Amino acid sequence: MQSIPIEHGLILAGILFVLGLIGVLTRRNIVFVLMSLEIMINASGLAFIVAASRWEHADGQIMFLMILTLAAAEVAVGLGLIIQMYRRYHTVDINVLSQMKG
Amino acid sequence: MILLFYIAAAVAVIATVAVILQTNIVHALIYLILSLLAVAVCFYVLGAPFAAVLEAIVYAGAIMVLFLFVIMMLNMGQRSLDEERSWMGPKVWIVPAILASALLAQLLTVLTQFESELRLTTVDVMHVSALLFGPYVFAVELASILLLAGLVSAYHLAKK
Repeated sequence: MQSIPIEHGLILAGILFVLGLIGVLTRRNIVFVLMSLEIMINASGLAFIVAASRWEHADGQIMFLMILTLAAAEVAVGLGLIIQMYRRYHTVDINVLSQMKG
Repeated sequence: MILLFYIAAAVAVIATVAVILQTNIVHALIYLILSLLAVAVCFYVLGAPFAAVLEAIVYAGAIMVLFLFVIMMLNMGQRSLDEERSWMGPKVWIVPAILASALLAQLLTVLTQFESELRLTTVDVMHVSALLFGPYVFAVELASILLLAGLVSAYHLAKK
């Protein structure tokens, strides 16, 4: 039977998560920030799949399905907010949002 | 099979780095799709074919097309490209890179203590769906309510 050490799968998930984190921290374009958030959510889903593969259970895959649903809902709301922001301020720079009141 | 996992992992990491370094937003989106497809290959090798198919259809298909629609609606041309270049100075990267590499180092020290092998047995769709409509049926209903809430709020937010 072929096998992979579990830490390689988890390290891949960790690297992808940290790359997404760097994207969230550095980019100023809000669409890029949302894309980096997608990368981070996807990395956590990968960690669940690796754990499911370790114990040969389907439960991790179900958790991945829930994460997928969450990501879809989050992207829908986030993109709606981006459209509204672009209509109001005519920019995608997140620094503009620090001038909001109330 | 094992080689396939490592190649797909390398492709995923390189494509993700390209996403966060890219200034052209459409190119970044295409790299993100490549990264997601590579992760889908990893899922397949790890014995989760259903999750791999969903990753390709829902993530790389539906969610990324949603992004593409919004980018086309915003219609950011050359102006945004120049703007993006001016935001991407080397100074911006220093502190986040140090923080993130400290986090990654911590993660790596914890993860290398595991001594466990992943045997690549496939858990097929039947097992997943039997659980999905058995013990997890309440979670499925909650997920449908979450999607409905997302639909309603996206409609409301994007309205003029």
